[in-house]
Amino acid sequence: MQGSTPQNPSSAPGAVAAITHARFPGLARRLPWLVLALLAAFPLLAPALGLEYYVGFVRRVLIVAIAATSLNFILGYGGMAALGHAGFIGVGAYTVVALVEAGFSSAWLAWGSAALVAGLAAAAIGAVSLRTRGVYFIMITLAFAQMLYYLAVSLRTYGGDDGYGLYTPLELGAWLDGAHAQVFYWVVLAIAAAVFALFSRVAHSRYGHALRGIRDNETRMVALGYPVYGLKLAGFVAAGAVAGLAGGLLASHNAFVSPSIMHWTQSALLLVMVMLGGAGRRWGAPLGVALWLTLEEALKLYTDYWHWPLGLLLLLVVFHAPQGVAALLERRGGRESVR
Amino acid sequence: MLQMKKLSVALALCGVAALNVHAADIKVGIALDLSGPFSALGAEARDGFELAIEKLGGKLGGQPAEFIRNDFGGNPEQANQLVARFLQRDGIHFFTGPIGSNAALAVGPALFAAKVPYLSANPGPSAYAGEKCNPYFFAQYQNDTYDEAAGKVANEKGYRNVVLIAPNYPAGKDHLNGFKRLYKGGVKDEIYTKLGQIDYAAEIAQIRAAKPDAVFFFLPGAMGINFVKQFVGGGLKDIPLIAPGFSADEDVIQAVGEPMLGVLNTAHWTHDLQNPANTEFVAAFRQKYAGRYPSVYAAMAYDTLMAMDAAVRDVGGKIEDREAVLKALKNPSFKSLRGEFQYGANNFPVQNYYLREVGKDAEGRITNKLVGTTLEKHQDAYVGACKM
Amino acid sequence: MDAIFVFEQLLNGLGYGLMLFLIAAGLTLVFGIMDTMNLAHGSLYMAGAYVAARVHEASGAFVLAVAVAVGVTVAIAAVVEFVVIRRLYRRDHLVQVLATFGIILIADDAVKAIWGVAPLLASTPAALAGPVDLFQGLPYPSYRLLLIGAGLAVALGLYLLVNKTRVGMLVRAGASNRQMAEHMGVRVGGVFAFVFALGAALAALAGALMAPISAVQIGMGEAILIPALVVIVIGGIGSVRGAFVAALLVGMVDTAGRAFLPPALRAVLPPSVAADLGPALAGIAMYVLMAAVLTLKPAGLFPARG
Repeated sequence: MQGSTPQNPSSAPGAVAAITHARFPGLARRLPWLVLALLAAFPLLAPALGLEYYVGFVRRVLIVAIAATSLNFILGYGGMAALGHAGFIGVGAYTVVALVEAGFSSAWLAWGSAALVAGLAAAAIGAVSLRTRGVYFIMITLAFAQMLYYLAVSLRTYGGDDGYGLYTPLELGAWLDGAHAQVFYWVVLAIAAAVFALFSRVAHSRYGHALRGIRDNETRMVALGYPVYGLKLAGFVAAGAVAGLAGGLLASHNAFVSPSIMHWTQSALLLVMVMLGGAGRRWGAPLGVALWLTLEEALKLYTDYWHWPLGLLLLLVVFHAPQGVAALLERRGGRESVR
Repeated sequence: MLQMKKLSVALALCGVAALNVHAADIKVGIALDLSGPFSALGAEARDGFELAIEKLGGKLGGQPAEFIRNDFGGNPEQANQLVARFLQRDGIHFFTGPIGSNAALAVGPALFAAKVPYLSANPGPSAYAGEKCNPYFFAQYQNDTYDEAAGKVANEKGYRNVVLIAPNYPAGKDHLNGFKRLYKGGVKDEIYTKLGQIDYAAEIAQIRAAKPDAVFFFLPGAMGINFVKQFVGGGLKDIPLIAPGFSADEDVIQAVGEPMLGVLNTAHWTHDLQNPANTEFVAAFRQKYAGRYPSVYAAMAYDTLMAMDAAVRDVGGKIEDREAVLKALKNPSFKSLRGEFQYGANNFPVQNYYLREVGKDAEGRITNKLVGTTLEKHQDAYVGACKM
Repeated sequence: MDAIFVFEQLLNGLGYGLMLFLIAAGLTLVFGIMDTMNLAHGSLYMAGAYVAARVHEASGAFVLAVAVAVGVTVAIAAVVEFVVIRRLYRRDHLVQVLATFGIILIADDAVKAIWGVAPLLASTPAALAGPVDLFQGLPYPSYRLLLIGAGLAVALGLYLLVNKTRVGMLVRAGASNRQMAEHMGVRVGGVFAFVFALGAALAALAGALMAPISAVQIGMGEAILIPALVVIVIGGIGSVRGAFVAALLVGMVDTAGRAFLPPALRAVLPPSVAADLGPALAGIAMYVLMAAVLTLKPAGLFPARG
């Protein structure tokens, strides 16, 4: 216990921040900026390192992380285990497809509409689903996502199961070149950073505290007079809208949209990635996404049997890091500082 | 911290990859369906590729070659990701592999932009045959042509009333429209089922009530297996079944067994087609894979690599001259397993289509048997829309 | 559309419903009694189907194949229970989902390594390969009659087991109040292991019996898992009675949707609209039913837990 600082509760979620703050004043506040700067510089460094391909890979990680962050918000802070989040990604992606098919070409219009339409879909689905609890909530969100999936499969105009190719990139505006891979990367990075910052802030706002209160004891929050249903619905709609935005970005990233992006296994994977990283942890979603997608990418290089190591990883996480990888890192950070 | 981790992993990946690079001049990216909805067909294709690589001694046109094979799980998004890696990290010269039309449509634009020839080892989507045709895409058949041949078979057999059944998605409708293109009789009913449906009792009852002369079904993979098993179990085995080749190939036949006997199906190749290249291929395949007959997917995979081999040889190994490579690919100088064929204006072949019937070979093994030629030098219906 | 056709379709709905019940019974039993969400139930179903198919092909004896499939699957399940599931009983449902999703990933690769990716041959026993005439003008697949019989037998067996036997009493005691039961001297751990094995046996039985009429291939477990989950959710998770009613309901709605909806729509709508709308609606009928039931009864038709 030598040198321990009693004002640092090492078990709290913010332990890393608190501890690094104590040891290196200012680093904790600067760490996110450091990560951001590294990410921003990556496309410039990549060609020199021979890593051009990984610019696209990181872009995909960022987009999936946007969706995962929104899921982490309702799952980790709101206790809403939605197994249909890929449905909103799909709604966003198909909104972009619909606008392109109708002749629009502005990226901002397309992505904005993707978020809006997905938010509306989330409002309708949430209004029904939030009447249920626990496993029933898991299943009813799944049911709605399956309906959306089968709808997309049978939509002839947008290619159905064959998918829809977005052959010309969307336009970002006068001074931004939408066809330029690095420009699109930076746009995605900016959006991801904004979404991440926004959700981190909201999680610690009064609304965020109320949401956590509902997660921990809903009956008490009702008794205290909180409009529980409305608060949950607001969170669900916001998460749905952000997932829709991620869907819109994913459509641009792939230049292709097919119903497979909203298959139920995609919803399950999103849930898995969030829990792997740590549900309700600030860095849980991006950590989980980065870890999972990197492992998937790496394993596929070397073996056709790349599913089982991931399965084993899940079991290891469940038994040895039940709070996710983010919590593991926080704990280690805590121990180091104690020493 | 997270980003450092990611970077270091990425760097590690590259380091290992760099060690793997030998003096290979020519790189072929092969995206395989080894998991996901088409895994059985993907495994057939892989076996065909491996046999071809063995036969070519790991070379293309006498030049050392690297064949990069990776699973993409039958998911178009993952196919996209894999192709990005093939293009940006590996710098491939040829691409092939995916089983599904959706994956083919997803990866096309990136390959065409990078001027990498995509020799399809299976799908021939109508978009690539018509409006979105591209000099860098080469098909082995157009999706609807199998159905067109099946429609002609129905005419020749004198069927006047046919029930059509397919999954409810655009490809299902395309296949039924393909059948109707050459079929002259009446259509009693068109039944569309849920994608991935397990139980077909309701549809089978409808078919029984309709009393058709024959049933044409396009139900790929597990759906076809479920349907045929239940169809025969329901006592409808006296109603002839007609299918495009992919609903009645070796994978389905071996999984269904006896109930498949007598199913009529059409394809541009069959394992008992008589030509020297095919005889050699089938013998080698059966020797390597425990007596199993190759399916059309294995044959197409094999042919794909042979086409690349011939093209590299024809350009004298000058693989960077894309125009010359395209020209060589368009005028293939290899002996195809399917016999003679030519490419049409849209890079889709003009070739024969055959009628096959599921029967038993000399050893009592259930397999497809060649009945005769249904369409001669047939071209797809979309070529007119191709402006290339 | 005559009376025989309608009757036949009702019978088809019943048959499909009982098939779903076979799969859902084990799932709901494990959930109801152990409060454990086991997504890997589909993998046990797949194991049953694969083992049965191989043994049937090798020996030609269908009953033996089913018995071996159940035995082997229960043995696998015992190992899985000992290594993984046992430590999940008191954990959050979502953690259970995560762990059992991991098991699915491992199981699919294991099956691929053992049997390859090509679908396996699984034939109908020769005696039941054809149809029987239920009455004049209605041939019905005899194998489906076997499935209907098996579904009803499982339903009856489970009812008797849970309500009339000592084991059932222990099971109910463990489910309603685990701590209390432990104080009374019940070895809850043993009871749970028994229930998990029973669930696995039911999954294997379903897989072995479904093999002759469906594709035996990787992913078959996941394909059947979703309808099975829909059934247990509509019925009220944990209620065997609920699963039975819901399975029949889903079977009927799904079959009726496919059999009667497209012709009905064709009668009232323009052909092109009807041709698109009919199959689309029939495809999602099951999910619409589930959403409707949960809207009216958020804990399913027969809520098992207070």
